Amino acid sequence: MERTLTKEEIYRALAARHGEELQRKIAGSTVAVCGLGGLGSHLALCLARMGIGKLILIDFDRVDLANLHRQQYKASQIGMYKTEALAENLQEIAPFGEVIPSTKRITAENIDTLLEGADVICEAFDRAEEKAALVNGVFERLPGRPVVAASGMAGFGSSNEICTRQITGKLVLCGDETSEVSADSCLFASRVMLCAAHQAHAVLRILAGENAV
Amino acid sequence: MVRINGKEYELSGETLACYLAVSEYDSRRIAVERNGEIVPKSLYEQTVLKDGDSLEVVTFVGGG
Repeated sequence: MERTLTKEEIYRALAARHGEELQRKIAGSTVAVCGLGGLGSHLALCLARMGIGKLILIDFDRVDLANLHRQQYKASQIGMYKTEALAENLQEIAPFGEVIPSTKRITAENIDTLLEGADVICEAFDRAEEKAALVNGVFERLPGRPVVAASGMAGFGSSNEICTRQITGKLVLCGDETSEVSADSCLFASRVMLCAAHQAHAVLRILAGENAV
Repeated sequence: MVRINGKEYELSGETLACYLAVSEYDSRRIAVERNGEIVPKSLYEQTVLKDGDSLEVVTFVGGG
């Protein structure tokens, strides 16, 4: 049986579970996800399910066979821009969530334009230098904006080493902070998802007006 | 004394940039928190460390 859901119907279903007041905040918010790999693809999916009003999705890369072991894409989407493939997947789950995709590389010059309007900014890049550059870039160019970053989720160490830590009032860091990708330590879907879930939950708590931890 | 990642250092009067230059941190992979705020990179040169300052150098590792 196929039936078209209305925006109101979906909102009501979410509000009935999350609470009206909280759902109003979630639906009225804009969250930026920078990097749509193992972290970003899961994070965006989780946020979309919760009913985030607007998602700014940024990644210049395309879906590759090497991504399927840990990222929320399908074999049929290989070759597509990640922004496009993820928007398609999100659309199936949350048809009324607005998506603002960008395939631009974030630089010091375009960071304020790309992330304009984001209530929370999620760092979900792969390379350590890019992670640091984004976090520092936000504090340089968009001071006051909460950032939820991730560091350390490679390998198959214990799930319980993945934590959420409040570094400052505006910076939250998720991960075990040590497990780096290397020739001997790759990324596993389960542990990357754990870290992405920590990030998504930190975003939820920030939007709800709670401390992230 | 200046506290950095839990250890005390005799650094008052030094700039943050000077400390980082001689430290083992890779400046491309870090963010620096000082007394509860992230220090923008453009201010490292002019941030003079003071007695009683508390800093955390957050190092990012790859993977995502």
